[in-house]
Amino acid sequence: MILRLDNLTRSFGSLKAVDGVNLEVAQGEALGIIGPNGAGKSTLFNLVTGLLRPEAGSIWFDGRDITRAPPRVRCIAGIGRSFQIPHPFENLTVFENLLVAAIHGRRQREPQVVDACGDILEQTGLIAFANRRAGTLNLLGRKRLELARALAGAPRLLLLDEIAGGLTEAECAELVQLVQDINKSGMTIVWVEHVVHVLVAVVSRLAVLNFGRKIVEGEPRSVMASAEVREIYMGIAA
Amino acid sequence: MTVLETRELTAFYGDFQALFGITFALEEGETVAIIGANGAGKSTFLKAITGLLPRASAAVRLDGRDIGALPAFEIVKLGVALVPEGRRLFPSLSVEENLLVGAYGRRLDGPWTLATIYRLFPMLRERRNAPSTTLSGGQQQMVAIGRSLMSNPRILLCDELSLGLAPIVIRDIYAALTDIKARGTSVVLVEQDLVHAMSVADRAYCFMEGRVSLTGRPQDLSRDAIHAAYFGL
Repeated sequence: MILRLDNLTRSFGSLKAVDGVNLEVAQGEALGIIGPNGAGKSTLFNLVTGLLRPEAGSIWFDGRDITRAPPRVRCIAGIGRSFQIPHPFENLTVFENLLVAAIHGRRQREPQVVDACGDILEQTGLIAFANRRAGTLNLLGRKRLELARALAGAPRLLLLDEIAGGLTEAECAELVQLVQDINKSGMTIVWVEHVVHVLVAVVSRLAVLNFGRKIVEGEPRSVMASAEVREIYMGIAA
Repeated sequence: MTVLETRELTAFYGDFQALFGITFALEEGETVAIIGANGAGKSTFLKAITGLLPRASAAVRLDGRDIGALPAFEIVKLGVALVPEGRRLFPSLSVEENLLVGAYGRRLDGPWTLATIYRLFPMLRERRNAPSTTLSGGQQQMVAIGRSLMSNPRILLCDELSLGLAPIVIRDIYAALTDIKARGTSVVLVEQDLVHAMSVADRAYCFMEGRVSLTGRPQDLSRDAIHAAYFGL
């Protein structure tokens, strides 16, 4: 197991945003997470990356207890993430954005990461935009850059937060292909996404959160057909 | 007769496209439910109709007239009122003051006054001088509905009336909706609570990723068809 969450719990006031979640992610796996607004998906990511501290439970990455490690340490240990709303350094070029992420995410110097950054630009389809200011990219470009920045830290676990929304079908298909290729290269992926049919096409396992609790987990299509999912999303039993 | 219509309506947040060409019609006196998973574009659709988001001018029609270029305050005067998601009451105002704010641009030939709204929601009369922040969620939702009715709308757009409310409160709210319909008001109901929405709707549209994925009368839509239209699976 590359990632294991044990009884992970975090409240905001009286609201249990994440409530006793147990989750295991195997090396190389692609796991999808869905749930209605407020189900705890983003809080879960913030706990795994260390932006929030849990009040109970533990987080294990690659056999190490990282429950109390600060975000920087987790990043260097190999946890990368994309954010739902990308905030690149708009006045830096695409390449410079990658350099910043690589230097800090790998704790290496610029000459050591230049080649890797070039490779990631190639992989994410951004090579032609390398010297463009990040602020001039369109939505698909910004989403590619968000992925590229997460990859620049050389993660072994990639957390993706809502990357498929707002795109045309053709753009969405491109982005999905990219995620699929990243996963095939051996990267472990945990992906939170509203666009369910896109998610199901890529992930091999799906977990459903509701009111902070993990409700059901398993093979994506059978999870989507389950009574629990129908109940949560449509308010009707199957 | 069609009172409200959209044709290939698109909407954007920056270059994030939220609606990809919604074609929609609401008949006089009809109640239409818009259902779909989160992120499908349901609330965005209501915002685009009411002028809270920019949209192409010919894409929204009221009685056959283009209203797509009109600002929100002009659209209210034409008889289209929104009950926004999460109520959005004015916290510094009392219950009655919130209701009176809704009388802006009020049409004179309708049934709704403070008196008829207090008859619809007797609880609000008792609490008329209370700050709106001291009300329960259900009472706040009643104020939000009452505030929209004060403009005497021909078309009432409701965004997630049941959100965060207890089942018994949801039942009361939906009972009131039946009274509102009986006055001839046409209603568009955005809901994640499928059971309630379908119980009052004459027709339903299901949205997925900013597109209409299914439409029909509730009794003609099977659960499997709705499931497929929610998730594209």
